[in-house]
Amino acid sequence: MKLVIGLDGQSSGDKALEFAKDLANRMESCELIVVYVIEWSPFSFQTAEENAQRHKRREEEIAIAMERVLNPAVKTLTDAGLTARAVVRHGDVADTIDNIAHDEGASQIIVARSSAGGFSKRIFGSSTANLVMDARVPVTVVA
Amino acid sequence: MTLLYRFAIMAAAFLAAAVPASAQDAAMSLDEKVNAGFSAATGWFVNFIFMSIPGTNFPWIVMWLVIGATVFTIYFAAVQFRFFGHAIGLVKGDYSDPNDAGEVSHFQALATALSGTVGLGNIAGVAVAVGIGGPGATFWMILAGLLGMASKFTECTLGVKYRNEYPDGTVSGGPMYYISKGFDELGLPGGKILAVLFSIFCILGALGGGNMFQANQAHAAISGITGDYPGWITGVVFAGVVFAVIVGGVKSIARVTEKVVPFMGILYVGAALIVLIVNYNMIGWAFGQIFAGAFTGLGVAGGMVGALIQGFKRAAFSNEAGVGSAAIAHSAVKTKEPITEGFVSLLEPLIDTVVICTMTALVIVISQQLIIDQATGNYMLNEAGSAIATVDGNTGVALTAAAFGSAIGWFPFVLAIAVILFAFSTMISWSYYGLKAWTYLFGEGKGTELTFKVIFCIFIVIGAAASLGPVIDFSDAAIFAMAVVNIFSLYFLMKIVRKELASYSARLKSGEIKKFSH
Repeated sequence: MKLVIGLDGQSSGDKALEFAKDLANRMESCELIVVYVIEWSPFSFQTAEENAQRHKRREEEIAIAMERVLNPAVKTLTDAGLTARAVVRHGDVADTIDNIAHDEGASQIIVARSSAGGFSKRIFGSSTANLVMDARVPVTVVA
Repeated sequence: MTLLYRFAIMAAAFLAAAVPASAQDAAMSLDEKVNAGFSAATGWFVNFIFMSIPGTNFPWIVMWLVIGATVFTIYFAAVQFRFFGHAIGLVKGDYSDPNDAGEVSHFQALATALSGTVGLGNIAGVAVAVGIGGPGATFWMILAGLLGMASKFTECTLGVKYRNEYPDGTVSGGPMYYISKGFDELGLPGGKILAVLFSIFCILGALGGGNMFQANQAHAAISGITGDYPGWITGVVFAGVVFAVIVGGVKSIARVTEKVVPFMGILYVGAALIVLIVNYNMIGWAFGQIFAGAFTGLGVAGGMVGALIQGFKRAAFSNEAGVGSAAIAHSAVKTKEPITEGFVSLLEPLIDTVVICTMTALVIVISQQLIIDQATGNYMLNEAGSAIATVDGNTGVALTAAAFGSAIGWFPFVLAIAVILFAFSTMISWSYYGLKAWTYLFGEGKGTELTFKVIFCIFIVIGAAASLGPVIDFSDAAIFAMAVVNIFSLYFLMKIVRKELASYSARLKSGEIKKFSH
């Protein structure tokens, strides 16, 4: 059994993590995949200089995500005696989490409820809402 | 490094020529002094580049570019048409590995290169071409654009193949790298010398077409709205902002521009379409003028050859195919197959020249800013006989503004903003191209980089203060000088590209290279 946990680096993510931990403890064998997606689009516009440094920046972004968000989360889970690993990707948050869950054959996605609010949420919607609408795997939204 | 020495002499000549000019006549305004000094210092260089083929009035450099583009088109069996669909697929990301997400995509490399080329060449440059060479210049411009796609393909493939990848993950690429490495690989002598020569011309091109021409036309656009005022004021303001970005590292300005520029591009094409739709009944007539003018000249100076020279010249200046600048911009892409960036880059002359430049030309022709002698049906020349007479005597960007303004009254204001932004983004792009050439010559390092950036900003002021004639001559000459070295080298290196092309198309056919499902 595999569970995918999507984190966004906000404190609400801790609740999703707790929920997943609780769920996993009730199961006999369960692998937890903790995912952090760095919002990125291949169709954005950049300067030549930004392009030249892109590879370096990407490595840095991945390192920061691992260090600040994923490693502590994985540690929390493994300390509790669970099997867990981290995945960090660039891309659209909802699409990428869904793709990972689908490719890994996960049985469930667990995310925190949207932390975005107000104006930007009205215009762009939230990643959580998009995920719930489009996911090919059952999604649990933790309040 | 005698070449470096020569370059230093040349730079000194620039400055030396400007100083006596200022001493000669204290009564001249600052703009006039800059102008006189500038044309005195650059005249010999311009004359050499635009020398006519003996016995004709055809500049050899134009022939050089067209022959280059034609050779590449034939050598790669019309790659620009055969792989057009594949190029679109690559840009859409159909062949991108999802695990590479976060790296520079084909789309981003193309967009960055385009923001360096789409700009004043499309707005002001086309107006110059049509103003001097008549509507017929458009035909030759489109032809040059289509052929130029093959030149772009060749240079950008090599740009990615021979780029430098540094341990810290940054990349540097461009003709100076592929010329020196490629020649070494083929066991040919002189690669290093050619690379140095290219770098020198690239620095001049960055200061000319990538800087002074932009500053000059940005000033023309602003003063067209506010009324005339000294050019150096615009120059100082622009130099200040560019300085803040490239020296001060104020990334936010560049970032905002990079996001606004594409919208301005879409807005520009949209406005051109509106003008064309409103005047739909004249589109046929305009194309008639373009075809008739292409082969007869319709009375322009130099006749058909005059139209052809203007068309080819402005196409090269606008899409930079064969110049080598795009190879610098495209080389940052993440791909295992250098040739894929070649395919993507061939879209650049198409978007830039065949679509956007043609739009501008059609709007100018349809708006009837160019005065036609009703008796003969030919265009009337101005008093000097050097260009077609226009309704208000406008040239360059002012002519484009008047053409759009005749259909959409408020559009010149939007156009002025577009021109300023385009000029700015082109300057930022070229400051990077120039810097890459500069660091190739003098080595990477904070001090050498700062020297170039300061020189770059000084030339913005000179460009804004000088008048269009000498600036455009020097800009063209410097950019074409890059093409002389680049195309010469590409003739030797093109067999490397052909090998890549053969291998890639075989694997594409066999299904080894396939689309990723996203």
